[in-house]
Amino acid sequence: MYEINRCLHVACFIALLGSAALVQGDQSWPSFQGPRGSGATTERLPQELGEKNISWKRMLPGYGLSTPVVHSNKVFITCSSGPEQDRLRVLCIDGTKGQSLWERQFWATGRTMCHKKTSVAAPTPCTDGERIYALFSSNDLVCLDFEGNLIWLRGITADYPNVSNSLGMASSLVVTDGVVVAQVENDSESYAIGIDAETGKNIWKIEREKSANWTSPLVLSPGLVGLQSKSGIDAVDTADGHFLWKYDGGASTIPSSCRKGNVLFVPSKGLTALAYNLSSQKSPKQLWSSSRLSPGTPSPVVVSNTVFTISRGDVLTAGDIETGERRWQLRLKGPFSATPVVSEDTLLAVNETGLIQLVHFDDEQGELKDTFHLEDEVLASPAIAAGGVFLRSNSRLWKLVDAKQ
Amino acid sequence: MRQAVDKLIRNRNVRLVLFFWTISCCLVALGAAVSVAETLDANLKTLQSVGNEGKGNLSAAVAWQEVAGCESDSIPTILSAIDGASPLSANWIRTAVDAIAGRSKKIPLEDLEVFLLDVRHDPRARRLAWELIQERNPNRAEIIISSMLDDPGVELRYDAVDRLIQKASRAKEELAVNEILRKALDAARNVDQVKQITTALRKSGQVIDLQHHFGFLAGWYVAGPFDNTDGKGFATVYPPEQNVDLEALYAGKGMQVLWHEFLTADPYGMVDINKAIPGPGDGLKEVVAYAFTTFTMPVEREVEVRLGCKNAWKIWGNGSLLFERDEYHRGMRIDQYRIPFETREGRNTLLVKLCQDGQTKDWTKEWQFQLRLCDASGTPVLGSDRRPTPLHAEAEATHGESQTP
Repeated sequence: MYEINRCLHVACFIALLGSAALVQGDQSWPSFQGPRGSGATTERLPQELGEKNISWKRMLPGYGLSTPVVHSNKVFITCSSGPEQDRLRVLCIDGTKGQSLWERQFWATGRTMCHKKTSVAAPTPCTDGERIYALFSSNDLVCLDFEGNLIWLRGITADYPNVSNSLGMASSLVVTDGVVVAQVENDSESYAIGIDAETGKNIWKIEREKSANWTSPLVLSPGLVGLQSKSGIDAVDTADGHFLWKYDGGASTIPSSCRKGNVLFVPSKGLTALAYNLSSQKSPKQLWSSSRLSPGTPSPVVVSNTVFTISRGDVLTAGDIETGERRWQLRLKGPFSATPVVSEDTLLAVNETGLIQLVHFDDEQGELKDTFHLEDEVLASPAIAAGGVFLRSNSRLWKLVDAKQ
Repeated sequence: MRQAVDKLIRNRNVRLVLFFWTISCCLVALGAAVSVAETLDANLKTLQSVGNEGKGNLSAAVAWQEVAGCESDSIPTILSAIDGASPLSANWIRTAVDAIAGRSKKIPLEDLEVFLLDVRHDPRARRLAWELIQERNPNRAEIIISSMLDDPGVELRYDAVDRLIQKASRAKEELAVNEILRKALDAARNVDQVKQITTALRKSGQVIDLQHHFGFLAGWYVAGPFDNTDGKGFATVYPPEQNVDLEALYAGKGMQVLWHEFLTADPYGMVDINKAIPGPGDGLKEVVAYAFTTFTMPVEREVEVRLGCKNAWKIWGNGSLLFERDEYHRGMRIDQYRIPFETREGRNTLLVKLCQDGQTKDWTKEWQFQLRLCDASGTPVLGSDRRPTPLHAEAEATHGESQTP
């Protein structure tokens, strides 16, 4: 009898866990484009917006346009401060209450000059669930554990003195299979580097085209990253840095690619869909290319069977991922720098003035459902995890929640 | 009971035992303290020995844990380890202080003040000491900062100047305002602060010699154009790189080239090559120019060559290549590049190679640089043969007269 009861308890517990998993969405937003490299979330986005949706907000000690990274209910965010913006800061904030858990500061070892539209804290950090890896425009790269213990650090400009861009560097980090991938590409000394996540030492270093590039690497599958540049996309094995395949159709150097499954959506000739094969070194197959889906500064995002772009003219366009055909368009209020985030039926876009625009959509149309003004400049893309939208404006970090939940 | 204890103490043997026991305890305590100090010293040495490309990160992470675990009374000792440390090591050490201060209720404020006021310590470590005082005793920090106008620390001085600017804004009489602002200007090294102060002073008719304030080099000999078709001129060794002969005649790009004197009257020392070597329309394209100057130092010393430039460039100091960078038109600002240079007693030379590319957009017509000599705090280092800042008319008279088509 005791055994039966015990089995029942275990079964109930497993069932509860299972049901919890069904209702819970993403608990982590580990890098710039989220857990799947798509900009999409399985979380439910707020269905309306207002003061009541603000769970908390807090002042930030410096500037930045990096996306917050979320894991284990901890929010990690980078900033820079000081008269020369050479004080680099990594903050860990409690996701529930918004309280500071710890902060670590570093002095920039590389150049901090940036265009006024960007910041030394432009690249988004990333996490593998154990550590946080943070890169700055000065090419200082640091690794901390979740308690704030310093594990390693690098000064990439100290290592390679001409790695810098006078407009500022902005490529974000990814980590996969124990390798942190940094694209430090610029007009002068230009590299992509695979760094051992444990030790901070180079595993590989690839010379890249001498050309300014602000796009971010994208994890195509564990141990495989796509490096976007003016030339196109290079798929690189992170174990040793060798190239698996190449798409040489050219690509943007500002908005980055996103992916769904084994299809990559590249800002190239407008927008180009590439199907790649994980077990093959053959160049990916081009599915379609559409000039009508050309993104402006924000990167494309994809969910279900739809890919979304926001154009230079602030028009949100939904495209069919199978054919590239335009499904619908909706003019939003711009201008936009931040990449939007998207759930199954809702897209959240924030313009540079801090106006959040919530769009409900289906296959036929998109409709502006609600707006809310943060009254502060927003250039950073939001993160969505653990029941909240984490959004950084020029001076604050905000957590927005669905007030009905 | 008390009588029994007194009797025991009066016993000579017991007193001897007590004496040696006390001595032993003291020795153990001293030994422990020495051991702790030795351990801390060894750990700090480990942090001081990290190198480029991740060298020493693994052992540094272990040492960091130990240092970060120290009591707060160790903070001044830990900060002292930043003296002479490399920028990477300094970051390892300062984050350990962050960790200690972050969890400590009490920190040794008096010791930190002693550390702060000792200008032999690293300026950034002293700044950190001031910030720790500011967090716990803001009133005391304000009193201290107001006396740091001449501090070698960039940020300490910045805040001291800031307090004076605030004081000037509260003063009511113009004479008093100007007196305060003059004092602020003398101390100011930050470009934005200098601009803010000079704007206010000039409104009341004050004359300010900014070239002299910053130490910009105004007098140059210029030679060009040489060929830079397809950017190949950057790597091409033209005769001035082998020997600067101010009487020489060179075969340039489509013309014979002579050295000619160029004086800039620009308050921020801008050397505009488009004025020195005028071309059609927006100026010459795909060309190289050289600029040469000398200055006399009363003693040998290390200085910083600080350059602002948006063209590709190389600099030689006393005939040795100091640095080079092949980036075009990404941005420019004062002190964009900081290059260490060991000057010698007597005559020193500087040769700048300045490359213009073939881009034709509005923002690519500039072909110019601004260069000054200063110490690490930004205080100008002026040659003993420095000439008075040229007037506009005097400078314009030297423009582009020696071209030989």
